[in-house]
This record gives sequence, structure tokens and C-alpha cells, in this order.
Amino acid sequence: MKEPVKSEFGTVGEKPKVEKKFYNRNLILAGIIVFVALITYPIWNLQGKSVPPPDPKLDTPVIQKMAEQDRKCIEDKTYMRNYHMQMLDEWRDQVVRNGNREYTSLSGKKYTASLQNTCLECHSNKSQFCDQCHNYVGVAPYCWGCHLTREKKLAEAK
Amino acid sequence: MSISRRDFLRIAGFSTLFGLGAKSAFEMLAPGELEAKLTPNPKALSAQRWAMVVDMRKLNEQTAEKCIEACHRVHNVPDFEDPIDPKDKIDPEEKIRWEVKWIWKEKYEHAFPGQAEVAIPEKIHKLNFLLLCNHCDNPPCVRVCPTKATWKREDGVVMMDQHRCIGCRYCMAACPYGARSFNWRDPRPFIKGDDESYPTREIGVVEKCNFCAERLAKGQLPACVEVSKGALTVGDLNDAKSKVRELLRTNFTIRRKTQLGSNPQVYYIV
Ligand code: SF4
Ligand code: SF4
Ligand code: SF4
Repeated sequence: MKEPVKSEFGTVGEKPKVEKKFYNRNLILAGIIVFVALITYPIWNLQGKSVPPPDPKLDTPVIQKMAEQDRKCIEDKTYMRNYHMQMLDEWRDQVVRNGNREYTSLSGKKYTASLQNTCLECHSNKSQFCDQCHNYVGVAPYCWGCHLTREKKLAEAK
Repeated sequence: MSISRRDFLRIAGFSTLFGLGAKSAFEMLAPGELEAKLTPNPKALSAQRWAMVVDMRKLNEQTAEKCIEACHRVHNVPDFEDPIDPKDKIDPEEKIRWEVKWIWKEKYEHAFPGQAEVAIPEKIHKLNFLLLCNHCDNPPCVRVCPTKATWKREDGVVMMDQHRCIGCRYCMAACPYGARSFNWRDPRPFIKGDDESYPTREIGVVEKCNFCAERLAKGQLPACVEVSKGALTVGDLNDAKSKVRELLRTNFTIRRKTQLGSNPQVYYIV
């Protein structure tokens, strides 16, 4: 080991003596606690609470007027629940771009392929039907920017 | 076709195993099949090449107004003069800047600029022409649209797909007829929405006359034609026996700005 050399700039080859200190300790710890508390807020705020499961309502005037055996969606309920988005997507392209505006369901019945005129005819209660699940799973389809819902008419009729 | 969530996941899982990717499960089960199930309405009116003839001798001011009113009502076109809630009133300059129109009236010199003014009789100069999209055979709006949101159908109708329009307004710059309008703001407060069977538009998309594609598809004539008391006629230009061909054979007609080569398909009997 070389001898430390003293020069006008201090001692060369010697570890500088630094005081080990946690500067601003209290401020930083408090800051960390506040930060953690804030980002976990959504978790502990909902502790023990449960979000009510979606409850789509089927009690619109048109549906109620139907005879019991006709009270069906255009396809099977499970299929509609899982695939209505693909179906509407397909309808949109086929109707607008290819002019194919008539849908034949599996049962052979024919329907006008139209969200606004066929789906909403029965499901005139968007906020009680569509929004129920859409809000629950946090999706916001932008259909409603253009397609008119029938809720205004429904409210007036009441 | 009923398939449970569990079944779906199982099939998706297997198809991933076989390197098909989960997406193919969707494709196996959902679309494709749907496509085959969508067909045109057999009652639809069809043509090989749609065209319109406007008979200016039969078109008076009131009829023109009626045509405009009918079109804008059935298509939920906003009327900035008349907000639903008086609080939404806008100033006159904005009314002009934001105007949305599918069919409108215009003086001869504006509708037919640079077209043989001297050779056209004085009385025609004074007419108020009824203008709409010309459903051009060589439509410049279609050529410039980057998303194919506007395109020419096989039957000649120049269509808009509002779902695809990104609002770039290239088509407005390209259309030499001013037939297109941009939605500078949400139009809803200015739409009575009496016709609940047709959608409105959103802020940021372009719109124009669609030749009443939604009505033709149900076997109905365009709304403006229906109320025009015979002044407006639509028909098949490729059918020598059609009403429009008959009118074109027996009358002198002019078209707007033919010198530009867009081949407009609205003919005016003067
Ligand atoms: S009139 Fe304009 S919008 Fe209509 S087809 Fe011709 S170029 Fe396109
Ligand atoms: S504004 Fe819409 S229709 Fe016009 S060119 Fe752009 S995307 Fe196409
Ligand atoms: S054809 Fe239909 S969309 Fe076009 S101006 Fe007439 S009513 Fe309006």
C-alpha cells in the first residue's frame, strides 16, 4: 500500500470522510407513506364492499307486450351475451358497405339488421339494459354518439 | 350455436395449443357464418347506375323548401337556426361556418359558374336551383378519402360510412360542388330527432346526401323525390326504358361543372 501523499488539494489516495446521514429523513418517510396510501386508495377504499352485479332489465313495453313463447331475442341468450358485439360489427359492415340489410336467424326468422331499429325496438331502456353490463366491465362503446336510443320516447310515454 | 363461456375458453385453449392462436376460436365460432346470413331486402329498389333528373319547370320555391325539409328531417340533419334548448343559440357567423346541409338552394351563377352564361336564357339565370351531391361517376371525393369512408357503390351511389370517417376533410376539399359538410360541433342540440329510425352524426365527421340508400333498400323512393310533386325523378341511367332516360331523351338538360370531368349524375331540365 502506497503512502498517502499530502498535497495542496488534500490527501491523495485516502478515502474521503463522508458523514453517513439520511438527509430529510422525516419528510421522505412521510412522503413515501402518503404516496403508498394514495396509490392503494382504490384497494382499501373498496375493502369489504362489493359492487352489485349487473342487472339488465327486460321490462320494456315492447317486450312485455309479447306473447310468452315469442319473448326471445333474435338468437339464443348465451350467444347474444357472448357475441352481440361481433354480430353488430358484422351487421354494420354488411349493411353499410354491402347493402345486406336482412338478417336470417338460426330459427329462420328474418329481421332488419339494425341496432337502432331492431335491437332498440325491444331494448328501449339503454340505461337499464346495455349500460348495466357495459358499466360493470368498464367498456364505453361509442354507438350512442350517433345512434339514437329510445329512452326519450320511453320517458315521455310514462 | 349456444356455447358456454367454459366451452369457449376450452376451444380457445386448444387452438392455442395447436398454434392457431386464440383469435381463430373467435373466427371458427362467430363471424363468417353471420355474413352468409345477411342478405339484401328483396323489396329493395335497384339500378345499374342511379341518376336524378331535376325538372326546373316544375320546381317552385315551396316545393324546393319541402324537399329540403323532408331530407333534413328523415336524416336528422341539424338546423342551427333552431336549437332544442334556446340556451344553445349561436351567433350568425357560426351558423354560416357550421352549416350542415344535404340538399340546398342556390342561384344559377353560383351553381353553374363559368358555364356558357351568354348562351343560357335570361330567365334561367334567375332560377333558384336545388342542389345536392351529384353522385359523380368519377367522384374526386372518393379518390382522396384515405379510409374508404366514402366510396362509390356498384350502382353509382356515392356512399358515406360514418363509422370510418376520421374527419380529415380531404373529401370536402376535393368535391367541387360543396356537397359535403363537416360537423364542427356536436349536432345533437340542434336535431329534433323526430325520426328515430335514422342515426345522427357525431362531432368530427363529414356528411352528405346518401341518395337515400336506407330508403331504396326498403323499396322507398328518396325522401326529396317523394315530396317534389314530380319535379325530381330518380331512375336507372343504364335502362333505356327508365323514366330518367325518357326525360333525358325528350328534354334539354344541363349538369354542374361538367368541364371538371367528375361526370355528375344529377341532370337539370331548364
Ligand atoms: S358531388 Fe361531391 S361529394 Fe358528391 S360524388 Fe361528386 S365529388 Fe363526391
Ligand atoms: S373526412 Fe371522412 S370521408 Fe372525407 S376524406 Fe376524410 S375520412 Fe374520408
Ligand atoms: S336523395 Fe335522399 S339524401 Fe339525397 S337529397 Fe334527396 S332526400 Fe336527401
